[in-house]
Amino acid sequence: MMATLSRRVYFTLIALFLAAPLLIVLGVSVNEKQDLSFPPKGFSLSWYGQIFLDPAWRNALVASVLLALAAAALAVAIALPLAWFLWRRIAPWANVFQALGLAPFILPPVITALGFLSFWATAGFYGQAWTAAISHAIFFVTLPLVTLSLGFASIDRSLVEAAATMGADDRIVLRTVVLPLILPYIVSGYAFAFVLSLNEYIIAYMTVGFTMETLPIKIFNALRYGYTPTMAAVSVFFVAVAAMVFGLIARFGDIRRLLGAMTSEKN
Amino acid sequence: MSGLSLKDVTKRFGDFKAVDTVNLDVPHGTFVCLLGPSGCGKTTLLRMIAGLEDPSEGAIVLDGSDITPVPTHKRDFGMVFQSLALFPHLTVGQNIAYPLRIRNRPREEQARRVDELLKLIHLSGFAERPVAKLSGGQRQRVAIARALALSPRLFLLDEPLSALDAKLREAMQVELRQLQQRLGVTTIVVTHDQREAMTMADLVVVMGEGRIRQAAPPIEIYRRPADAFVADFIGSTNLLEASADGAGRATVFGRPVAGLSMPSGLARAVLSIRPEDVRLAAAGTGAFDGTVTFVRDLGATIETFVEAGGETIVAVATPRDKPDVGLGQAVGVVLSPDACVLLTR
Amino acid sequence: MRREPPRNLADYAPLAFPALMLTVFFVVPFSIMIAVSFFRRDPAGFYTPDFVVDNYARFLSVFFGGVLGFSLVLAVLVAACCVAIAFPFTFLLTRCSRRVQTVWLVCLLSVLSLSEVIIGFAWSTLFSRTAGITNLLVAAGLMEAPQALLPGFGAVLTGMVYQALPYTVLVLYPALVRLDPTLLEAARTLGASPTRAFLNVVVPALRNTIVATLIMVFVFALGSYLLPQILGRPQHWTLSVLITDQAIYQSNMPFAAAMAVFLVLITLALVGLMLMVGRKESAA
Repeated sequence: MMATLSRRVYFTLIALFLAAPLLIVLGVSVNEKQDLSFPPKGFSLSWYGQIFLDPAWRNALVASVLLALAAAALAVAIALPLAWFLWRRIAPWANVFQALGLAPFILPPVITALGFLSFWATAGFYGQAWTAAISHAIFFVTLPLVTLSLGFASIDRSLVEAAATMGADDRIVLRTVVLPLILPYIVSGYAFAFVLSLNEYIIAYMTVGFTMETLPIKIFNALRYGYTPTMAAVSVFFVAVAAMVFGLIARFGDIRRLLGAMTSEKN
Repeated sequence: MSGLSLKDVTKRFGDFKAVDTVNLDVPHGTFVCLLGPSGCGKTTLLRMIAGLEDPSEGAIVLDGSDITPVPTHKRDFGMVFQSLALFPHLTVGQNIAYPLRIRNRPREEQARRVDELLKLIHLSGFAERPVAKLSGGQRQRVAIARALALSPRLFLLDEPLSALDAKLREAMQVELRQLQQRLGVTTIVVTHDQREAMTMADLVVVMGEGRIRQAAPPIEIYRRPADAFVADFIGSTNLLEASADGAGRATVFGRPVAGLSMPSGLARAVLSIRPEDVRLAAAGTGAFDGTVTFVRDLGATIETFVEAGGETIVAVATPRDKPDVGLGQAVGVVLSPDACVLLTR
Repeated sequence: MRREPPRNLADYAPLAFPALMLTVFFVVPFSIMIAVSFFRRDPAGFYTPDFVVDNYARFLSVFFGGVLGFSLVLAVLVAACCVAIAFPFTFLLTRCSRRVQTVWLVCLLSVLSLSEVIIGFAWSTLFSRTAGITNLLVAAGLMEAPQALLPGFGAVLTGMVYQALPYTVLVLYPALVRLDPTLLEAARTLGASPTRAFLNVVVPALRNTIVATLIMVFVFALGSYLLPQILGRPQHWTLSVLITDQAIYQSNMPFAAAMAVFLVLITLALVGLMLMVGRKESAA
């Protein structure tokens, strides 16, 4: 059928478009020598090992992971009570905070980075590792906020009312009904923030770039000062990690619903 | 007094009165149906009884004490929602045990009560079943069991059977009624289906535009509707304009109805007569004449449509008493005065 | 629990932590940046507190006007391309089976994890003369000699579209997946071909979503600071590139801050304008 054929073609084109850079990066990462040529000269997986063996890369990896773990957790810690409050209460003025929660991500990152730079410099904490965690958390708070708002909106209010008729007060409702239903959205919000924090460059650079190296900072420096396929290997590694994380979410949860589908009854 | 009392209960949303000065006494153990078209305020009233909405005015009294300020979770009622509101993350048993669990009842008591209730709703052995794997009728019964888990003082149901297909619905109506009679719990059901109300209720409360139009046992509502709204809503009826003539007799289309007089002081009224009470005879022998425009043979009944004075009157008869008329024929419409009810709008 | 206004102080408790964090760590930094934009630049260090409007005056020049104009046009183009590609794609995706949708969604989310640097690097390779697309075309006989496609405007545009595309799909997904399928079916029974039905029914029905997505991608594209540098010539550098340059390499924080504030104001004005126009249209 014409329609199916043109759809297949369209999807294939898009798939190629999305995959092309990945293939390049993949190819570059298996170069035998310290050479960023494509098609790759020789074949070696040693650069993947470098991520863990070379102390500079390993430290950067650890720094990135720790930063991402902390920032994502903090982002969720900010977004959850806010989303809960907006869902539970009628308080139009509180939408100011929702706007504040959406703003950082909507602004160009360079501006947010500048803001943080001035702030930490003025406050006197410039360069300390935890400032990057807070900066990232604020920058990425939008993601868990959006997924949690979606999640709260999908809670059937009659479930909460039913619990109330059965004797559950606010706290018990939160514990026994709301949190179990919202948990998948917490997880997906965390995963989003985690993955994006791992790859964030400019804010990390402007806040702690002089004292510690995260992987994106190291990659950027590598691009400027010393080419090595390790940076390509790192990128492939990150994509693989992201694929695994989201694949797990898809396997154990309903990723369509987490991203906005209504019920899981389609098709 | 024992039972539920609603005193001057009113609910306003801005300028709009969803519920208007409702007064109702429900003795303990009664099965009440709140009946009316959509938007008549019946669900709002039920939600106020449950505590999910606050009345703008008035009081809700249970067994002598005013429960209006008491929050929902302290009222100890059982409620079944239209969407059933079964917790998707819990099994059947966990759903039913929920009210007991949050009151920290011992495990054995919870398990025992769950078994008891599962037996009551004929779903023994379903405790471990996830809620998503149940049929519509089964989910219905689980919702009912869950509401009854704590032997509540009031059992409230909001259009509980609307999601079921016709046959299952009729079966559930009977089951629900039998269940209530067995347990003796005061029950209030909201429905827009008048047949459902007639089947299940001891007391039918017909509501329209936020007010109670009539609160009475089903047969009284049917035979002696309080006004045209109730008459039209319950069963089907013929409504004709009637006016008083000089001698105080009721006249329809200018012709007096034999044996029927207008209530004193009333110049105009609406005459309601059920189709099964309309007789068709030879032209000139009834209260007035009309022409047969349509005959519908439904097997168990035969409906004859007669046009007179610009109105259509429906007469229903069984095949045995089938009127001997054909399309286009002139007939006399006989209105027996005992079957006529004169109503105000 | 019905939705009701907070009744006592305790009801406000959940709001405390988020409000605190957002105020201290977002509002304050932003305000500081606005303040800094009025400061005087200190050649020795960062800046000295002052109140001068020199920084703002500097970009009333032709040069900065040009850069601003270019940034806006580029962002608009990126937004238009992304939505034009993503909208039909996401629509068709939502008609596929659950399995196919899940696989695609996981892939799109994984692509999100590619940093701007790597995207720039990969596309610079793809557009190069020695190891890129043109080499493939030459091998397939469609071209005579390989050509470098970068640096250039097309390269920058492609890179930025690539970066924004997964976001665009994910933003469009909720609205498209909830679209009532009977709308299309009704159109088809009324005689519209699938394409016609798509253009006459789906697109208008989701007009608000499309506008909102355009705005989102537009703002996102305005923030791109690496790709224009990697894939383009200096004339292709956007305002964000200049801001980064001034802040880090020229150590001129006040000027960078001023440009940043200006960019935010322009963004807000344009977004507000688009929303107003949209509201007028739907009212008319």
